[in-house]
Amino acid sequence: MARTPILHYFDGRGRMESIRWLLAAAGVEFEEKFLKTREDLEKLRKDGSLMFQQVPMVEIDGMKLVQTRAILNYIATKYNLYGKDVKERALIDMYSEGVADLNEIILHYPFLPPGDKDGSLTQIKEKSRNRYFPAFEKVLKSHGQDYLVGNRLSKADIHLTELLYHTEELDPSVLANFPLLKALKTRISNLPTVKKFLQPGSQRKPFEDEKFVEELKKSFG
Amino acid sequence: MAGKPVLHYFNARGRMESIRWLLAAAGVEFEEKFIESPDDLDKLKNDGSLMFQQVPMVEIDGMKLVQSRAILNYIATKYNLYGKDMKERVLIDMYAEGIADLLEMIMILPLCPADQKDAKLALIKDRSTNRYLPAFEKVLKSHGQDYLVGNKLSRVDIHLTELLYYVEEVDSSLLANFPLLKALKTKISNLPNVKKFLQPGSQRKPPPDPKKIEEVRKMFKF
Repeated sequence: MARTPILHYFDGRGRMESIRWLLAAAGVEFEEKFLKTREDLEKLRKDGSLMFQQVPMVEIDGMKLVQTRAILNYIATKYNLYGKDVKERALIDMYSEGVADLNEIILHYPFLPPGDKDGSLTQIKEKSRNRYFPAFEKVLKSHGQDYLVGNRLSKADIHLTELLYHTEELDPSVLANFPLLKALKTRISNLPTVKKFLQPGSQRKPFEDEKFVEELKKSFG
Repeated sequence: MAGKPVLHYFNARGRMESIRWLLAAAGVEFEEKFIESPDDLDKLKNDGSLMFQQVPMVEIDGMKLVQSRAILNYIATKYNLYGKDMKERVLIDMYAEGIADLLEMIMILPLCPADQKDAKLALIKDRSTNRYLPAFEKVLKSHGQDYLVGNKLSRVDIHLTELLYYVEEVDSSLLANFPLLKALKTKISNLPNVKKFLQPGSQRKPPPDPKKIEEVRKMFKF
């Protein structure tokens, strides 16, 4: 008898967003408890709820899970989004980790001092266009299938689609030379659960603009 | 018909060392091809062998795997070091990721600018003593078993043991107040495969040498 998972994090994308995307894509309803002040975080720490004193933390199936990858792997396994065997898993992991590397740069971007932002944006543009997107376009070209691995939806398709949206926010023309990625993005976006998540009013979080970062700094000091 | 795995990396710990530890602990013999010049790395890139133009890369079971976590997950699954079900897997993952966070801090310490080193070192000591080591001591205390998860050797016992050796290299007094971690380190170190790997002449790599790092940075321009 499983209750709805509860996500503990700031009211922002950060390291929780890929978890929201994956749960949503799997059609799993979830609750969110937002940390609004330093006291909220300290309370969770004092409770013993955070193994390493950090969020994200997700309450699911009687556990208090921390560490983004541990949480994502659990959700993917539970909802059959992790391939059919160890070899498919290896490909899914390899692709997901590549996505995570580019995502890491993107998720820090809003929080950089103004002087560092240009350099970071250049790096994001360069890496997406020259390293990561060609690699994934090549995978799709190599088998001509609708999904990255095993001709079936997996976490890798969801993580990549999320990344494509976030990269486009910073570099609107980035997908110009990647027709297969564009097609994947459209296809995944049209899955009923993902389509719903992409609509206004869902639990998807908006781009973290300067105002958001200011307010976050004020609340957390 | 599987040949030995082939590890492609620099002749250094870096992001390949935990893979070496895990293969060794699993009793798996492996070969290494060291990248010694930018040409070596370019050759691998031009071959199409590196999905994201980066190492580590491990040739195993007909695949050229990149990304440390993908490689570690595959090895752990193949050699039954990943728990018996998804609930054990998630604990293993959670613990392994905490270990990876501290390991990352220790790994990049030699690369940080001289004026930041003291602060980074202090942070490593603080995080070890107040965040990571207590968390794992607590796990061992909670069940009183010899291994972190499921009363059976798993990848995370290997990762943690490796980490504890590095923590001691940073400051040998850091493990003083963690008797269960010390006991785990001893126990894992005495497993025949690990014991062999800990001996001189094995494929285990020594601590980073600042002079060598400078040379590598100049050569590879980072």
